[in-house]
This record gives sequence, C-alpha cells and structure tokens, in this order.
Amino acid sequence: MAGKSSVFDMIGPVMIGPSSSHTAGVVRIGRAAIRVLGGIPDEALITFYNSFARTYEGHGSDRAIIGGLLDMKTDDDRIKTAFEVAKEKGLQYSFKSIGNASVYHPNTVKVNLTKGTKKVEVIGESLGGGLINISKVDGFNADFSAQAHTLIIKAQDVSGAIAFISSVIAQEKTNIATMSVSRKGKNDIACHVIEMDSGLQPITIEYLKSLPWIKELIYIPDIDL
Amino acid sequence: MSYLFETFKGWKAYCEEKDVPLYQPVLEYEVDQKGKEEGAIREGILRAYRVMREAVETGLKEDMTSRSGMINNGAKKVYNHKLSVLSPEFQKLISRALAAKEVNSCMGRVVAAPTAGASGILPGTLYTLQEIHDLPDESIVEGLLVGAGIALIIEQNASLAGAVGGCQAETGSAAAMASGAMVYCLGGSIEQVFNAVGITIQCMLGLVCDPVAGLVEIPCVVRNASAAAIANSSAQIALADVDAVIPVDECVEAMGEIGASMENKYKETALGGLAATLTGQQIAKRVLIQDIEILPDEELPE
Repeated sequence: MAGKSSVFDMIGPVMIGPSSSHTAGVVRIGRAAIRVLGGIPDEALITFYNSFARTYEGHGSDRAIIGGLLDMKTDDDRIKTAFEVAKEKGLQYSFKSIGNASVYHPNTVKVNLTKGTKKVEVIGESLGGGLINISKVDGFNADFSAQAHTLIIKAQDVSGAIAFISSVIAQEKTNIATMSVSRKGKNDIACHVIEMDSGLQPITIEYLKSLPWIKELIYIPDIDL
Repeated sequence: MSYLFETFKGWKAYCEEKDVPLYQPVLEYEVDQKGKEEGAIREGILRAYRVMREAVETGLKEDMTSRSGMINNGAKKVYNHKLSVLSPEFQKLISRALAAKEVNSCMGRVVAAPTAGASGILPGTLYTLQEIHDLPDESIVEGLLVGAGIALIIEQNASLAGAVGGCQAETGSAAAMASGAMVYCLGGSIEQVFNAVGITIQCMLGLVCDPVAGLVEIPCVVRNASAAAIANSSAQIALADVDAVIPVDECVEAMGEIGASMENKYKETALGGLAATLTGQQIAKRVLIQDIEILPDEELPE
C-alpha cells in the first residue's frame, strides 16, 4: 500500500462482511467495471478464478460482484439481497468457475458486460483489505487501483501521443500518479491508462474526446465517492 | 512532526515528553499523514463505533444464518440462556462479541477492526464496558484511537493479516486493541495500558488460522468471543499493576517471529487444523462450488 496506514484502516473500513478480499474488494471491482462500461449492464457473465472459484458462494462474492455492478458501495446493506435488486433492475447474470488459471492472481474475477450494443471485458484482482487492481480492460493491460482518478484512452498509435495527453493533464495542475501504455501491435490501437491524484474538469475530457486520433476515452473518478 | 507508531516505547516517551494523553499522538498522526482535521477524525471514529453498536444489536435481533448454515443464531441463544456461568455481564459480553461477528459472517455491516475476521471483539468489549461503567461516547472514541495506535505498531512489527501471521494476527491484535482501550477508558496509566496489550498478546500467541471450508465462520466466530474474554482478563490483571515482565514491544516481536515460522497450511489456506479434520473436509465438500472447470497445467486461459 502506498504510504502509511490510516487510523481508519485500523478502525475500519466499514463494510459488508464477511471478507475484505472476497466481499469488499469484489464489490469495488464491480464498481470499477461499470464505469468502464459507462452504466449498469443489461447482461453480465462473471467468471471466478482460482481461490475465488470454489468459495465465491460461501464468501458472498457472487452477491458482492452483482452489488458492485449495480453501483452499490462496500457498506451498502442491499449487497446481501443483490440478486433480488438485479431482478428489479433487469440485470441478467450468470456465473462460471475456473480453477488452476496459473497466469492469474489467486483472487481474480473477470466480468463480460453488455449494455445495448456496448460490450466490455474487465479483469480485476482482489489484493486483500478491500484493495484491488484492475489488470485488464478489453484485453489491454490496465493495472489501476481505482483509488485515484483514472483515465483510459484508446488512441491511434501516433508519435507524440503520450506527451500530448500528459501536457493537457498538466494544464489542469493535476498530478499523474501512474501511467502505462500498451498496444496490440505497431501502428495499431494503443491503450493509455493514467492514474491522477485529482480529477479532471468535464471540458478537458470533452476536448480530449474530440481529438480525431483518440478513439475512446473512459474517465473513472475515485470509485468510492 | 507527528509520532509514527514504530514502538510502544517510543509512543510512551513521546506522550511523557509532551505531557499528552495516549490518544493525542494518534490524532496528530492522522492529521499529518492523511491531511484530516481532528474534529473529522473524532467524528469518523464515533461513526465507526455506532456501526459496531448496530452490529451487536442486529446480531441479537435479526436472523443470523450464514449461507453455509454453520452459523445459526448462536449469539441470541447465549444472550437468552437462563443459567449464567459467571455473571450476567460476562454472558452479555460473550453474546455481544458473537453477535457482531455473526453479522459479519451473514453479510451484514461491520467495522473491520482491524480485520473483518476479528470484527466482533471491539464491539463486544466496548459496548459492555460502556454499559457497566456508564462511559460517555467521547471516552470510547479516545479508547478506539488508542486501539488504532496499538494496531499501527503491531502492523509495522508483526502483522494484522491471518494469511501472513495466522489467527493471532487478527483476533490477537483485536484483543490487544480492546484490552488497551479498556484500560485507557478506565483511567489506567500508560504503563497499565501497555501491560494490558502485552499480557493479551502473551495469551493469544501461536493461534493458527484454520477456517473450515475457507469461510470466515468456524472457528472465527467463537474465537471472537474468547478473544473478548481474554481482553477482559488481561485488562483486569494490568489494572492491578501486575507486570507483563516481557515488555510489550518484545511481545509483538514474538508474535511476528511466530507468524513468520508458521507453516502455510495454518495461514488462511484451509489446508490444516480444523479445516483438515474429517468433518471439516466433509463440510467443505458440501458448501464449496463443485461445478468448476479446472484448466490443465500447461494451458493458459483465453
């Protein structure tokens, strides 16, 4: 964890039980995933891997992920009845378990979400104590904690893109905490994932979105707010 | 510069030099490290205490049956039982610690203090202490701040996670926090508070984390009750100025050393101890997901 622990890590967090890694962390992965999608999904396929694969029912990870996909916070007592809430809101879901996926972190969950014609695939790892890492978005390496404000930009692989984007962010006096870029191939689409200490103004986001070489922009403010 | 909670010795020296109560450096630490205001910190801790009290009450009132069925309204049974082994207060203490922890196992709202697996200990002990001694909420808030300071030191020099240090790291740390908080709330000296922490750790050392079927239920729930009892016995001993002999910092060091040499099967993996018993394995077979696709060793997903 970055920096020193807080008094509220010792007396807290306030959360729905039973487990910070198998319940609270999973809720947060769900909350991060719907921000990538841009809303509550109509359909969700959830795959639990490795340690999650066998224990997801007992730890309530299934209700936790559905609760997160319905935008519930980690201390929302509706998590326990998330399946009923999903029915009311028209969210269809199914679960799958896969063991021995050695490339994945022991506590990994993958969600494939559909909303209208939009589809996303998000892979999240629950690191313990409710902390998470979103490792992949639509097959691109992402690696963000969703604790800070996150910008995901899919753009043409043009030269100067990184410098340009970071200078736009710098104009807002926003500090970049982490930044990573991955691409599927040379001159193909590159995915920029930028974690910032503070948020961006809507006008900056609209400006970046309007650039022709930027194909898609997803802005995820601190998911716990 | 605030005190960084490296050792109990350092915490005591800081308080004595500045002539401040034990909770003051904890407030200063949070102000310094996290940029919060004192008032907001006290308010946040009070909110957490209210959630703790609610968890106790929910666990004694609402149906507490876990998905696996292993937890089934035990706290209410203890609370309502006609025969008190020791005293009605002791009976209440035990049932309250069980109640808050049962709420955790049954997907209710709790405060992870320091972890979700140990979320019944501070609620059970402080609720009961407040009732018996008619303490104001402000006093409990200061006690909880002292508890947070205790946990910060244990986190640095041993661990608070069952997966790293076994159950001693979770219920042991929570009991140490509770015991220190109680002695503080009852007007104990710094020496007495730290003695209570040291004695509690001495009583909890070596406890392994061996949850049946990997769930936070058996033996976690009953261990929250026993840890609450130990927190009380240690507070009673420490208040009478009985010395822990081994200084509290060295007790924490022992906890870290034991945690480090504990085998992995005793660290939340559900491979040893109670989890590995015949009945434990039968329960695991019943409650765990069986419809699972196991990938061959060489094949990668996708």
